[in-house]
Amino acid sequence: MIPLGHYLVVSAVLFAIGTAGVFLRRNLITILLSIEIMLNAVNLSFVAFGRAQGTVDGQIITFFVMTVAAAEAAVGLAIVIALFRHRESLNPDAFTSLKW
Amino acid sequence: MEQATLRFVIQLGIIGLTFFMLINASALLVLAERKIMGFMQQRYGPYLVGPHGLLQPLADILKLLFKEELRPKGADKWLFTLAPIVSITAAFAAFAAVPWGAETTFFGLLDTPVKLGVADVNVAVLVVFAITSMGVYGIVLAGWSSNSKYSLLGGLRSSAQMISYELAYATALASVIMLAGSLSLRSVVDAQAGYWLGFIPRWYLFLQPLGFIIYMIAGVAETNRAPFDFPEAEQELVAGYNTEYSSVRFALFPQAEYINMTTMSAVATDLYLGGWHGPFLERFGLGWVWFLIKVGVILFAYIWVRWTVPRYRYDQLMQFGWKWLFPAAVLNLIATAAFILYFNA
Amino acid sequence: MPEAVLFYVFAAVAIGASLLVIGQRNPMYSIMLLIASFGALSALYIQLDAPFVAMAQIIVYAGAIMVLFLFVVMLLNAPQEDAAQWDRTHPLRRPGVGRFGAMLAALLIVQLVWALVRVTDGGAAVGARGDVAELSSVRSVGRVLFTDYVFAFEATSILILVAMVGAVLLAAREEQR
Repeated sequence: MIPLGHYLVVSAVLFAIGTAGVFLRRNLITILLSIEIMLNAVNLSFVAFGRAQGTVDGQIITFFVMTVAAAEAAVGLAIVIALFRHRESLNPDAFTSLKW
Repeated sequence: MEQATLRFVIQLGIIGLTFFMLINASALLVLAERKIMGFMQQRYGPYLVGPHGLLQPLADILKLLFKEELRPKGADKWLFTLAPIVSITAAFAAFAAVPWGAETTFFGLLDTPVKLGVADVNVAVLVVFAITSMGVYGIVLAGWSSNSKYSLLGGLRSSAQMISYELAYATALASVIMLAGSLSLRSVVDAQAGYWLGFIPRWYLFLQPLGFIIYMIAGVAETNRAPFDFPEAEQELVAGYNTEYSSVRFALFPQAEYINMTTMSAVATDLYLGGWHGPFLERFGLGWVWFLIKVGVILFAYIWVRWTVPRYRYDQLMQFGWKWLFPAAVLNLIATAAFILYFNA
Repeated sequence: MPEAVLFYVFAAVAIGASLLVIGQRNPMYSIMLLIASFGALSALYIQLDAPFVAMAQIIVYAGAIMVLFLFVVMLLNAPQEDAAQWDRTHPLRRPGVGRFGAMLAALLIVQLVWALVRVTDGGAAVGARGDVAELSSVRSVGRVLFTDYVFAFEATSILILVAMVGAVLLAAREEQR
């Protein structure tokens, strides 16, 4: 039997990796992928806690997180495509028009 | 030998047998396709190599193995080799959740019966669906990593077609699941045992005729077979996503396609045609013979359709999938739900 | 015992693949490694007696969302990171900044683990409570989803509709006038 803490550690490590990816990478696609890593880490936490409580609620919340992640990925990638058409670059530092 | 190790050995044997049969299925389908095509075109197929051409697939495979392994200069090193591996792995793995026979004790050799099939998962339908949707990556990566315009176009079109027809496929599946009340393929087959009025088998084919047609059409489109094989047809895009491949890497793609065909036929048999249930043979523990016969009939239908019907153009293909097949599948789902409510209230 | 071995193997694959994801220059490699990470997570879900969530993870995340990412990367055919001259002198590409960022991420892990283990009963085995057959059945998930959470379910379907319309609008080419 695996203690609950083990699953939470894995979830925390994945979340931190995702956060590091969002902050340290200069490519819009990789930033979106890091956000997906963070959402998955949260899913793992939910399912682990749901199992520890002995209910299915953890699994159900996971569905909603997955659905929201799918919607967010679709809209995010549409924005990336629109941005790329303007500047021919996927580097977030290339989009500085709103900077003072 | 004590029971536990005997059971373990027998289960390993079943896994090995399933793997062996899948490989043989793809080889035999190569020959069957050419022979049936030949007979439909009023000529013999291959008949020189071995009796009635039975060793022709062996000759084909030996020829492919001895060819030179090419890789275009601009091709991505890792992804070019990964693509056929993903295709063939997904093809084999999808069959792991498909049961092909009833429980058997091998004529009293075992104390408790063992199920004929690699794994009995309680969400088997979803497992098959999930792993076949992984097969899209093989095609997409092959198209992209070849660094050639025909491959890229073929790969993109092929994968867009596959993910479009997955919707109708899943909705047709959902209708059968509602009737059976379980996601486990073994339970779906067992729900089709027995007869109405003594002689009509309780197949879901009779309860879901539209669903069966939708499932077969979506299955043909999922495996990139004619009439939906525009992205890989020789006359259209050279050869689509596998243009730049040669030798072993190339051989894995058609093999993956034939194994996907076999998996689709096996799942269709389990869902709609009653799996391994049939008149006389079940008493002797030979239900799997019925399974083989039914899968063979569906595979024959696959090959028959390929050499009879002309090909769809790509935009017609996508329109058909989104505008006709998916709404029909949704209507079928709603009708099935109404039927269940009305008759089982 | 084999349960623990499987857990460590899959956890190692998930974490290792995610580490490689954020370190790749080529976004195609990142996507394939992330698919591997999702597969390992799916195996962890199966260990947590959630087979439906595991298969939904493969079908939705690894099979649909990642295909979407792959299509976008292929169609944009974007140049790789730090190909531009001004990008090579960016402060974040200097090793010092990268290492400081990695240290902060490690600090975040320590904080999260400390908080989580203190608040919950972190030593209790998962799987002590609850009936396994009922938890892992799709029927019970469906029943709770369509009774207790039906409002969230319907709201999510409207969310997906809005996202579809929005994505088509945002990515559409502007008409030449």
